[in-house]
Amino acid sequence: MEIEIKLFATLRPYLKGLSREGHLDVPDETTVADIVEILQLPAEQVRLVFVNGRHASREHILNPGDRVGIFPPVGGG
Amino acid sequence: MNKILRIDTKQKGFSYSEPETRLALMGGRALTSRIVMDEVPPTCHPLSADNKIIIAPGLLSGTTAANSGRLSIGAKSPLTGGIKESNAGGLVSQKLARLGIKAIILEDKPEGDDYSLIHITKDGVKFIPADDLVGMTNSEVITTLWERFGEKVGVACIGPAGEQRLTGASIQLADPKGNPGRAAGRGGLGAVMGSKKIKAMVIDDAGCERVKPANKEAFSGVAKKWAKLLTSHPVSGQGLPAFGTAILVNVVNEAGGMPTKNFRTGRFDKAENISGELMAELIEKRGGIIKEGCHPGCVIKCSQAYHDKNGDYLTSGFEYETIWAFGAHCLIDDLDAIAEMDRLCDDIGVDTIDTGVAIGIAMEGGLIEWGDKAGAIDLVNKIRTGDPMGKIIGNGAAFTGQALGVDRIPVVKKQALPAYDPRAVKGVGVTYATTPMGADHTAGYGVCQNILKVGGDVDALKKEGNIDVSKNLQVATAVLDAAGLCIFVAFPVLDSEDGFGMIVDMLNARYGVNLTADDVLAIGINTLETEKAFNRAAGFTKHDDRLPAMFKENLEPHNVTWDFTDEELDSTLNFG
Repeated sequence: MEIEIKLFATLRPYLKGLSREGHLDVPDETTVADIVEILQLPAEQVRLVFVNGRHASREHILNPGDRVGIFPPVGGG
Repeated sequence: MNKILRIDTKQKGFSYSEPETRLALMGGRALTSRIVMDEVPPTCHPLSADNKIIIAPGLLSGTTAANSGRLSIGAKSPLTGGIKESNAGGLVSQKLARLGIKAIILEDKPEGDDYSLIHITKDGVKFIPADDLVGMTNSEVITTLWERFGEKVGVACIGPAGEQRLTGASIQLADPKGNPGRAAGRGGLGAVMGSKKIKAMVIDDAGCERVKPANKEAFSGVAKKWAKLLTSHPVSGQGLPAFGTAILVNVVNEAGGMPTKNFRTGRFDKAENISGELMAELIEKRGGIIKEGCHPGCVIKCSQAYHDKNGDYLTSGFEYETIWAFGAHCLIDDLDAIAEMDRLCDDIGVDTIDTGVAIGIAMEGGLIEWGDKAGAIDLVNKIRTGDPMGKIIGNGAAFTGQALGVDRIPVVKKQALPAYDPRAVKGVGVTYATTPMGADHTAGYGVCQNILKVGGDVDALKKEGNIDVSKNLQVATAVLDAAGLCIFVAFPVLDSEDGFGMIVDMLNARYGVNLTADDVLAIGINTLETEKAFNRAAGFTKHDDRLPAMFKENLEPHNVTWDFTDEELDSTLNFG
């Protein structure tokens, strides 16, 4: 299945070469944790994960067409 | 030490007094709100001689405690008609603390139209005619005053908007480089300063000693741990320095909570063009500076120097809220155009949130097209010249909406909502509705638990838990504001078991007292109670603690609405 991946801030470089136009083909039942592994993201930099705009845990199982956004620790206000 | 400095703007005189004992452990917002309550008639006109401007450093300002140099400025707000504390960085807070000034009270107003400059040193206060400064932008004022009184003096000043006494007018403060990048922006306090015919205040602490804590050794021990706490947390130690607050563009957009086209949807499809990532890239490419502190002793450094296409300095303190207001809210996706408007606001002296929201309301009202950046810049420029249209915009979002016959006006107590849709970030929505300040994200930043997952995890889209999130944050924030601490210390403090205790320990060592954590929280609760009491006496009721009806509409992408009951909102700041 195909999912949409968005990496932000310091994680942005990890998108290079692994997906085309922010899309990634993954097997069914792929979890957020699997994505972190596939993209080889440094675990301590993965702080906020949104799936379709909602917070998701590492165990969250993805569906085709899901929009996954991953951020390192950031804040503001 | 720790005097109250009373300045009579009518007689151009001043006097020092010892604060009453009950004020001894009040600083910052706790003190400004207390004095406004004690001395300003709640029903007075905010631009009349009866209103007063109170300027107070925090309880920890002037010490070596990291990020303790924030300043509180209070008055009755010309924008909301209620009590106001506007909080800013810059140089003034620490200098006042070193001068031994616990608060400045600016009283009365002169009859004529002649402006003054107030010069405060350890030798006293001088009124200097300031007609040469009238009409100047804040950049010009600070440059002139640094040339005249020496670089690094503290400056608080008003621009053309404050001179016109517009309800969106700010008081701007010189940052450590002498740019007017720090603002007591919200609530129209610049108009109060303008009504008293004070163009600028120069605060010079030359010849003053550093603040000496009562228990020096204990203080220095905690202060070291405190600095380490701030620099070791990933948000205050890495995220904020690297990207500033603008990193939130993508975060809040991804979460579906970025108000777009005057709060019609929660996502802006061109968010990437105004993102913190792009800002950092442009700053690097153009030779700007990625991280700067807003006051000496800041270890977080969320500010920056943003340069234009030619590599020349354009603006600093270029915040997420400003980028949102002129950006997604107005459908403008050009970071340079937004930076130009940020600079114009700092120079003219208006709040970037209320002004940006007002520009979107002008689009709503058909004055200019959605996304028209040239038209937007032109309108902001008109605030400077006194053009009637500029006066409308410069009076803020509520006034602009009324002038243009608009029915979607996102304000609470006439103050414009900031950059988080209350339907999709409910914790901060409760704060917008219930804080005595009018819609203000900094009064209780529920974005922490809702979106950033700092200090807990509470669903942003559901009501459950969000009344308590807002309540607890409003109390804690009032404590930080009393201490003179930057609000961003909340990120590490909320995530650490020892963080709040360190603040308590620093206060105890600074003043030689034995406060408990509950005593310190009581400072926050008492401040909120005082502010609510002032607002009630000024004519506010519980019906003012509501969001406008437009928020009953559904918000995409999460299909959420504003669904708190009146009873739930009324319980928020009920301390029993």
